[in-house]
Amino acid sequence: MAESGKIDPMHQFAIEPLFGTDELSLGGYNIAFTNSALWMVITAVLLWVFVAGGMKRQLVPTRWQMAVEYFTGFINKLLLENAGEAGKKYVPYVFSLFMFILLANLLGLLPIGLFGLHPFTFTSHFTVTGVLAIISFSIVLLVGFFKHGLHFFSLFVPHGTPLPMIPVIFPIELVSFMVRPFSLGLRLFVAMTAGHVLLKVLAGFVINSTNAGLGYGAMVGIPSFVLMIGISALEMLVAVIQAYVFALLTSLYINDAEHLH
Amino acid sequence: MPQIAQLAATYSSQIFWLLLTFGFVFFVIGLGMVPKIQSTVDARDSKIAEDLARAKAAFARADELEEEHRTRENEARAAAQGVVAEAKAKAVKDTEKQVATADKKIAGKIAEAEEAVRAASAAALTEIEGVAAEAAQDMVAKISGGKVTAAAAKKAVKAALNG
Repeated sequence: MAESGKIDPMHQFAIEPLFGTDELSLGGYNIAFTNSALWMVITAVLLWVFVAGGMKRQLVPTRWQMAVEYFTGFINKLLLENAGEAGKKYVPYVFSLFMFILLANLLGLLPIGLFGLHPFTFTSHFTVTGVLAIISFSIVLLVGFFKHGLHFFSLFVPHGTPLPMIPVIFPIELVSFMVRPFSLGLRLFVAMTAGHVLLKVLAGFVINSTNAGLGYGAMVGIPSFVLMIGISALEMLVAVIQAYVFALLTSLYINDAEHLH
Repeated sequence: MPQIAQLAATYSSQIFWLLLTFGFVFFVIGLGMVPKIQSTVDARDSKIAEDLARAKAAFARADELEEEHRTRENEARAAAQGVVAEAKAKAVKDTEKQVATADKKIAGKIAEAEEAVRAASAAALTEIEGVAAEAAQDMVAKISGGKVTAAAAKKAVKAALNG
């Protein structure tokens, strides 16, 4: 992108403090209210509005109520299928996780750039996805050790492993277990980052080729724009799928902690 | 990549605000609202299941009633058919009896009449014999001047009449 120096596809991920809160700190740590934090608040508030709209608790549901109940039912089913009856008590957590990530992903794709605003996808920061992954992983560890004690380590020895193989299998299983939070957090971060970079690069093509002349604009800009439309649709799908994958893997890990294979 | 370049400067703010917002989402929405929504759904599901069960029971009851009604109807029909058959048989028997008595009466009357006819014809015959014998006696007396006894005349007439 040397030629198109004006457009930096990475700039969209830059965190900027807002409202002059640069120096806001708590216990020596900086807690500036950034654009990232703003979008977290927007996500949380919109989610609250959405769920609150489904709180009518009518026997014959309204449309909005149906929509909210669809999501809770979806998470309920997800946990029931993957973690059994014991998974039901994790519905509040997995629901919060799924909806928070889903809404964050989708809000980050809003075309409000048209109005001079800048959507910020905080799920494209591994500080954020990492914390969410660590929370999920901590729940798995806490539940596992609380429920099974040291027996939880038998998770690393699959059923029917021959005795001489245990010293080999155990470290492998342990490593694959410890990698989980990283894979969980990195997957979301990478998927969101890649999609947004791709969209910005293509947008850069459109702008720069059109600036270079009408012929270039028609030859490069229009195909790029068409491709952007397709990729935007794909990105919406990715936004949903990544939220689903995060929730699904969390429920699978919870199943491990609850049932030890 | 700002995610890495700004990591040191922004991680604390990112984590702080994430925990704050996600904490709000989890405690207020996840723990506060989701269970209520779930209970509404569960209540609805159980209500539907209950209603369905009730409908099924009512359906079974209706089937049972229909069956009962049908057996009763069949019984009633059988009873009615029995009564009809009995009445028919009785009527036939009555008719037969009446016909028999009438026959007997008619036969008696016929016999009486026949008897009367026979008696009348016998009486007439004897009368005719008597008259014929007298006539024969007179004819003999007039033609030959001979005298024939009544008994002989009678005998002759009888022989002539009966061939």
